[in-house]
Amino acid sequence: MAEEKNGLLSKLSQKLFKPKTVVREVRRLAGLKSKVDADFLDEMEDILIHGDVGVETTQKIIEFIRKDPRTHKETDPHIIVDLMYDAMFEIFQQDERKLAFGPQKPYVVLVVGVNGTGKTTTIGKMALELTNQGKEVLLIAADTFRAAAVEQLGIWANRTGCGLVMRPEGSDPASVCYDGLTCADAKYADVILIDTAGRLHTKIDLMEELKKIDRVIKKVMPGAPHETLLVLDATTGQNAINQAKIFNEAVNVTGIVMTKYDGTAKGGIIVAVRDIFKIPILKVGVGEGAEDLRDFEPQEFVDALFAE
Amino acid sequence: MAFSNLTDRLQGTFKKLRGEAQITEDNIKDSVREVKRALLEADVNFNVVREFVAKTQEKALGEEVLLSVRPGEQFVKIVHDNLQEILGGETATFDLPEERRNVILLLGLQGSGKTTFSAKLSKYWKERELRPMLVACDVYRPAAIEQLKVVGGQVDVPVFSIPGSQDVVEIGRQAMDFARRENRNLIIFDTAGRLHIDEVKMDELIALRDFIKPSYTFLVADAMTGQDAVNSAEAFNSQVGIDGVCLSKLDGDARGGAALSIKNVTGKPIVFASTGEKLDELELFHPDRMASRILGMGDVLTLVETAQKAFDEKQAADAMKMKNRLMRGEFDFEDFLQQMSMIGRMGSLSKIMKMIPGLSGALSDEDLHQGEGELKRVKRIINSMTPKERRNPQLLAGSRKLRIAKGASVEVSEINDLIKQFNTMRKQMSMMMNTPQAKEAFGGGGGSKFTKATKESRDRKKKKKKQQRDQRKKRK
Repeated sequence: MAEEKNGLLSKLSQKLFKPKTVVREVRRLAGLKSKVDADFLDEMEDILIHGDVGVETTQKIIEFIRKDPRTHKETDPHIIVDLMYDAMFEIFQQDERKLAFGPQKPYVVLVVGVNGTGKTTTIGKMALELTNQGKEVLLIAADTFRAAAVEQLGIWANRTGCGLVMRPEGSDPASVCYDGLTCADAKYADVILIDTAGRLHTKIDLMEELKKIDRVIKKVMPGAPHETLLVLDATTGQNAINQAKIFNEAVNVTGIVMTKYDGTAKGGIIVAVRDIFKIPILKVGVGEGAEDLRDFEPQEFVDALFAE
Repeated sequence: MAFSNLTDRLQGTFKKLRGEAQITEDNIKDSVREVKRALLEADVNFNVVREFVAKTQEKALGEEVLLSVRPGEQFVKIVHDNLQEILGGETATFDLPEERRNVILLLGLQGSGKTTFSAKLSKYWKERELRPMLVACDVYRPAAIEQLKVVGGQVDVPVFSIPGSQDVVEIGRQAMDFARRENRNLIIFDTAGRLHIDEVKMDELIALRDFIKPSYTFLVADAMTGQDAVNSAEAFNSQVGIDGVCLSKLDGDARGGAALSIKNVTGKPIVFASTGEKLDELELFHPDRMASRILGMGDVLTLVETAQKAFDEKQAADAMKMKNRLMRGEFDFEDFLQQMSMIGRMGSLSKIMKMIPGLSGALSDEDLHQGEGELKRVKRIINSMTPKERRNPQLLAGSRKLRIAKGASVEVSEINDLIKQFNTMRKQMSMMMNTPQAKEAFGGGGGSKFTKATKESRDRKKKKKKQQRDQRKKRK
């Protein structure tokens, strides 16, 4: 287990969230400059944006630094690194929590996102984790649009031994959810995971379809969905903010899953999304293996950022 | 401001500039900084932005701008030219001879849209008289082969796969045999999504490449990708070698994007743009148009081209007739319907609106969606009228309205609203068409006819009054 922990930490500090290089860049900058002035802060702004941190949040962090009395008192620009740590940590501290899959039974989780972010794979990985804990899991294949999406989820159901509710391609996804939540298996399940079709947040019809799915779930099972997870691709740039905004308006997103974090993407947009929408990051995908979906640890995360 | 796109941002910048009589060094610095920020916000790669900004600044601070009469426009041009340079000059062309077995290899990160794109590509070339087939080389993702089979079936293109096999080179070998047997001259390989830092999988890709010797290798890249786009593109290019880039999910609202800077970093052109989930939504990528679009000059070129397609000669003659009718204020529901169907042929309202400069930001997607519904309703109402009614809107009285309302399944009040709107529109149109500017634009000559036109309309009014007088007399 200790080794596993180390593995995650090193993964975090090596690959995940490259603003570690952001910090290195800032340190380099601090070495070049003798004092913190407007040019220095401008330059820093660019560095943060380069890490996909997002323009608005970058400005917020810069503002945080500008306002801090230490910025003007200290002549040593290295103080900026400490201030950045404080600014980012503050962003991640608000309402941070873990994905508990309870106490409600069944605990209904709706998974949404744009095309190709890894919704089905995330569900598969979660199903594996939950069944390994001895929980009864039911999968609902509400992606009735993409070719072979149901088959893909079916393969995960076979692998993990979960129940699967499916209808032929082209069926109304809301009615698949209705069938899934009212079937006999739903009564015995601890967790119900609902897979939806990938949809661009700009497609109004598809967003309406999603709202309908949400309405039907709420009607069939009051209190559900207990969790609505938005799956974001770590390689996504500023558009992740639009995605979070519109999906959140449509179905009230309660948590975020960041996938494909094992690449070279700086993924700094996570800071921006966290900052603007105050939605906690619940899971991080750091590899293709079924066990590579981890809990998001803000402390570890920010520490990893600032580790030399 | 937080969610505005690149075009909106840049439009804001230029608006500021247009207010100035002359560009000074100082205000150019400000705008250059704003352009830079806007580009970064649109995910254009940091290094590309730096290069771009340096070039723009250099040119903008040169004599040509300071000496030009309208500095604002001059600056737009410099920005546009530089943007176009980054996007890469000409539109790409392909050499896929019919008598040869052409091979296309598709690669990319997970979820970038390779499988959907491969089906689109096979359809694209099937329509261009090639005999394509698809090869399922994604041996990792569950049901990926199944997915390719389904989309292949939808475009009626054979799909080759070896169920259970993990050996992509073997799949490649047998696929080539299959192509020979079935006389296929375009073989498209769909591969598994992979990270560019995954050495094992990159090696697999290289082995497949060495065996099938592709005519073209395309990288499929998500248009929404952030700063990292250049890293993955560069890695795929240096390790496997790519000939072009296909941008997927361009129908979202992330249309500026770092994906464009891929061109700058790899030197490879962006060849195709994927603009929707349907399998025929694939376009050749036009860098020059993209530059215009980013600049908020609207995709005027695309608009013109689509408009050209929609108008044939007969319709051009009709349009001429309509112009004349408009000038005389004789616009009726028939004309209205004809105009609407002409617009309809150019694509959905939202697509057209996005091409028109200055309008892209003015209406939200929701507004446009509503507008489209509205248009359909109006069309339904007009279609429920008799031809006679369409030509003479004043005929529309109570019982006729009731019939139309039933036919179009709307309320009578909605018909009244439409008539009211139509009348104001007609008035405005004849007013507009009779301005000197409109006459010039429509080839109607100079302002001298202005007086003549008003005289004509005055004559018509007199005639109408006389008719009304006559009618009243008759009733008596």
